[in-house]
Amino acid sequence: MRKFSRLSRFNVASLALGLAFLYLPILILVIYSFNASRLVTVWGGWSLRWYQEFFNDRAMIEASWMSLKVAVSSASIATLIGTLAAVALSRGERFRGRTLFSGMLYAPLVMPEVISGLSLLLLFVALNAERGFWTVTIAHTTLTMCFVAVVVQSRLGSLDRSLEEAAMDLGCDPVRAFVAVTLPLIAPAIVAGWMLAFTLSLDDLVIASFTTGPGSATLPIRIYSEVRLGVKPEINAICTLVIGLIAMVIVVASLASKLSSSQGESAAPL
Amino acid sequence: MAGELPKTDGAVDTAGGDAHPAADQPLLRIEGVAKTFGTFRAVDGVSLDIKAGEFFALLGPSGCGKTTLLRMLAGFEAPDEGRILLGGKDIAQALPHERPINMMFQNYALFPHLSVRDNIAFGLKRTGMARVEIATRVAEMVALVKLEGLEKRKPDQLSGGQRQRVALARALARRPQLLLLDEPLAALDKKLRESTQGELMELQRRLGMTFIIVTHDQEEAMTMASRIGVMNAGKLAQVATPRELYEAPRSRWIAEFVGDINLFDGESKLRDGHRLVIGTRDAGALVVAEPREPVGAGKFSVAIRPEKIKLSRRGPVSEAGHETAINRLEGVVADICYLGGTTTYKVKLDSGGMVQASVANSARLDVDAYSLNQHVVAWFTPDDCVVLPS
Repeated sequence: MRKFSRLSRFNVASLALGLAFLYLPILILVIYSFNASRLVTVWGGWSLRWYQEFFNDRAMIEASWMSLKVAVSSASIATLIGTLAAVALSRGERFRGRTLFSGMLYAPLVMPEVISGLSLLLLFVALNAERGFWTVTIAHTTLTMCFVAVVVQSRLGSLDRSLEEAAMDLGCDPVRAFVAVTLPLIAPAIVAGWMLAFTLSLDDLVIASFTTGPGSATLPIRIYSEVRLGVKPEINAICTLVIGLIAMVIVVASLASKLSSSQGESAAPL
Repeated sequence: MAGELPKTDGAVDTAGGDAHPAADQPLLRIEGVAKTFGTFRAVDGVSLDIKAGEFFALLGPSGCGKTTLLRMLAGFEAPDEGRILLGGKDIAQALPHERPINMMFQNYALFPHLSVRDNIAFGLKRTGMARVEIATRVAEMVALVKLEGLEKRKPDQLSGGQRQRVALARALARRPQLLLLDEPLAALDKKLRESTQGELMELQRRLGMTFIIVTHDQEEAMTMASRIGVMNAGKLAQVATPRELYEAPRSRWIAEFVGDINLFDGESKLRDGHRLVIGTRDAGALVVAEPREPVGAGKFSVAIRPEKIKLSRRGPVSEAGHETAINRLEGVVADICYLGGTTTYKVKLDSGGMVQASVANSARLDVDAYSLNQHVVAWFTPDDCVVLPS
């Protein structure tokens, strides 16, 4: 708290206001998840009742499990494809239309999710694919791989080309030079990209609801349909768990990037 | 310097198949090498021989193609034309890791995620060398560049001079047949640069290795190299020892690029034995020594280095038996530039031209100094002049 004494009152006030605006709703949600009362808005004392309720709610547990599986698989595939795309775009020979490809990679970042979701749905219907786990995973991969590519590409762009040349000069063929030098140096960005993809997939509602099938609802879909029937404090409990999970992921990611980027450059910001 | 070498029948193209390894065969032979980027001809037909054990400098202004030539030797660029023969074997199209050549990069390109030791060992680990042997070689290299005690540090924990040493050790560790150095001292400050120059020369002599250095700093090239190749617009303008380059430049461009020079344009008027008289616009008739390759009539430039021009108040002191044909120019001191060891005077000649004279400050007290607007005589001998084609 000592540091705060050096800030002016105005700065303290604006900081407090900003933080309150961001985190007060979340804080209230977390506190009310420990509410003993049946009503979401009435405080009835501390209790872990709704956590218990959640762990006994088969449908919710299944939806959570589904979401985790989708997030891990789509983040992993997106990281692989996104990294390859970033490497190709920043390290490959200059080819015709490279700028166009680069721009096209960014397009999904600004594309309305409804459009992405709808187009994927139409594609899956046209292909007569059975909608479920794999269609959601593929849909999330297409959404998140461009985030990974952007993060990794920015890191590659700041990397000195002569490092790879030095590795080749010292006896590595191009592939080994990439593995021995480039990969360790862009690893923080790859990890950050995976984390980003994971969290994006975990909280996506729109695309998932377009591309999922019966019996394979993800957690956001499940929560959304529950809430339409009225908010139960159980939802608060689930949300608190999700917040905890994401907070943990972010802490781990920032620690990992701090540890691995010993050259003073931090990983690309999330 | 070899000009246009005829394309050989390819008898030495096969790996290791040089039938007659002559004793004076160059280690590296560059034959008519050219490289074009888009429409820009970066290297335009360069031919050059480099002997084993040489310390060779490629000197030139930025954009002259010297770095592109070096990168072709290292294998980062493939020449569009010509051959590069290392020990008789054509390596022009070989990949960097297939060449027994190592390079020290301008920004050192040290691997930031590896320690000093691992940086130096990086190239050795790719040779299939035994672990013990690698450790010995690394220790040897660390001692060679005097980095003992810093083996575990990461590059960002080192000073600029230390990084330069790590880069050197890393490039030398594989004992390459040829070491390429791309502006190796550009990032160091002046004092450190000078001491490092000496250390590099010492090292090169001790290891008996062949070094090719690229630099835009002519003093650096002069100090270190046994031979210098001056490049301009993708071509080798002259290949010579530092002394030859300075005292007998081949062209006006080289004379102006290397060091300071006074140039007087004129036409040859008459020949008197081994003396030539050239009538110049700015300095009148100048008597010069005939160049080694005889020249005919035509337009010439007379070039004189500033330190070859003597100044005096009344003119050359006549010594017994001294040359009678001395060039004498009169004028007034127009500008004085005190540089410590020497003072440069700009003399405005009565004939209208300008001449620059560099005078050693051999005495501490300025008894011999000239003052602004003082009338002086600038004089020099015919042998101090170089005749260049205009």
